[in-house]
Amino acid sequence: MFEMTDESKYALNVHDLTVAYDFKPVLWDIHLQVPEGVLMAIVGPNGAGKSTLIKAILGIQKKIAGTVEIFGKPYEKMRKEVAYVPQKGTVDWDFPTTAFDVVKMGTYGELGWFRRPSKKQKIAALEALEKVGMLPFKNRQISQLSGGQQQRIFLARALVQNASIYIMDEPFQGVDATTEIAIINILKELRSSGKTLVVVHHDLQTIPEYFDWVTFLNVKKIATGPIKEIFNDENLAKTYGINYKVTINK
Amino acid sequence: MDIFEYISLIFTDYTIRNISLGTGALGAICGVLGSFAVLRKESLLGDAISHAALPGIVLAFMITQAKDNYVLLIGAIISGLIGTLLISGIVTNTRLKKDAALGIVLSVFFGFGMLLLTFIQKNPDATQAGLDKYLFGQAATLMENDVKLLSIVLGLSLLVLLMFWKELKVALFDSDYAKSIGIKTRFLDSLISFFIVLAIVLGLQTVGVVLMSAMLLAPAAAARQWTNRLYVMLIIAAILGVISGVVGTAVSTTYNNLSTGPVIVVIAILIVIISFLFSPKRGLLMRQILFIRSRKKIEQTKVLLLMYNIAKTHDDVGHPHSNKILNNFQGIGKNVLKSLENQGWIKVNEGMWLMTEKGFNYAEELNKGITL
Repeated sequence: MFEMTDESKYALNVHDLTVAYDFKPVLWDIHLQVPEGVLMAIVGPNGAGKSTLIKAILGIQKKIAGTVEIFGKPYEKMRKEVAYVPQKGTVDWDFPTTAFDVVKMGTYGELGWFRRPSKKQKIAALEALEKVGMLPFKNRQISQLSGGQQQRIFLARALVQNASIYIMDEPFQGVDATTEIAIINILKELRSSGKTLVVVHHDLQTIPEYFDWVTFLNVKKIATGPIKEIFNDENLAKTYGINYKVTINK
Repeated sequence: MDIFEYISLIFTDYTIRNISLGTGALGAICGVLGSFAVLRKESLLGDAISHAALPGIVLAFMITQAKDNYVLLIGAIISGLIGTLLISGIVTNTRLKKDAALGIVLSVFFGFGMLLLTFIQKNPDATQAGLDKYLFGQAATLMENDVKLLSIVLGLSLLVLLMFWKELKVALFDSDYAKSIGIKTRFLDSLISFFIVLAIVLGLQTVGVVLMSAMLLAPAAAARQWTNRLYVMLIIAAILGVISGVVGTAVSTTYNNLSTGPVIVVIAILIVIISFLFSPKRGLLMRQILFIRSRKKIEQTKVLLLMYNIAKTHDDVGHPHSNKILNNFQGIGKNVLKSLENQGWIKVNEGMWLMTEKGFNYAEELNKGITL
């Protein structure tokens, strides 16, 4: 499907990306290549620029310099291959809408201007709701859902897009153990079917268990690669600035 | 003229029909666009824009010396838009937050407008063309052309909503996500802001600078109480806007020609109060009722379990006991006993109570924690 040049073998290719707020760099010269089919965590302390990196990749945040390529092509041309799960806290959950409606929003990108979701899109949305175990709640107003359920709705909205790359900003934030397991199982399933996943993640303890690829970020990119090779105390210390001990379940 | 005479005049009298159609259309526009302002959490933007429009009106009059409404409205649009741009300029280029920017623009523009207004009032050459009607509004001056203009704007805004419905919805709910799927949120934002400015400027003649923002917010805030669906909210807001406009104008014309703006706003606020009190899901009254009901239920359960624990120490479950032994020998309120008796769980007779079989079984289940 894609030309297999050196550049296009990467699902996501970030070149020399720099982003600044008020003259202060939040991301400095990031060079990042993510191979197809990995489940990658982005880790780093608060203010390391994790969310900013994601937003810059998605074209939400203005870049000062650098480019982003999806399978070797500019993001703008490859939108349909990318699904985004924003942080749950960025929206107003008292918005007058239902769970089903939010998931249907996942079909809007494919539909383009002026077209309305038809039966096909509605079925896809129902299937995604089923997959995250939220079908019984489809007509609930979204404020009447628990935090974990809201997170599942966001995940379902991304699933509907049926993209090749999933970019998620802290999907495990504030969810209970059941939801966390449900979500990670879905992520692993997506990886098994050849999808690429980029996930901002905070809990260092679970990284080796959940992910197979990791990027350490603190304004600059510290390291990126397979968990087995680079998830070690040295990189953690470089990223977090302290001697960070974690047990790696090998 | 009483209110019933007025209602019949809506259908027969040309002027009154125009006024009612005009304020009705204005109410609908404000309801629909106001819903966007409320959901974007930009409720005070309308207040700033309407106040910012005043110097534009007066300047347009001073420059052209014309009483023509449309010239003044163009002045209002220009200075309203300048105000809007200034607000976003202040927010992006300084450390001031949006509320401060709104406050600054509102007061500076309104102050300047009032200054100009008093200046031309003092000037003996110029007849100030009743410009102060823009402060509190005067629906009686609505002409057929105004009604046409309002209807066109109403039609246009509905058309835009229908065309961009799903884009507007996702941009309103989650603008980052909307951007990620390629929706031009800045274009949509500007489009909606432009229509909000237009709605405000058109409302100035009827409702006035000072109270225009209430016209934008009240129907939307009230509508939110009655539904959890976006399109239903817009429809209800439009209907409530029409009601406020038409009823407000009717009341203001029939009672000594009260200023239209304040009367319309009072009607709109009454609707808000009713909605906040009586809406079935979010209303304060319903929530209070649910609270009292659950408190009663808990009280009943507590008493029933107390009785169960007394009754089960006897071989005969239905053995009568004195009311006095309940609750540390103080007795228990008659209401609780009565409601338990109504459920068939106990029988009460002359200061004595006894548990029925049904009540005992129910309490046993409760005690196991199944029913609770």
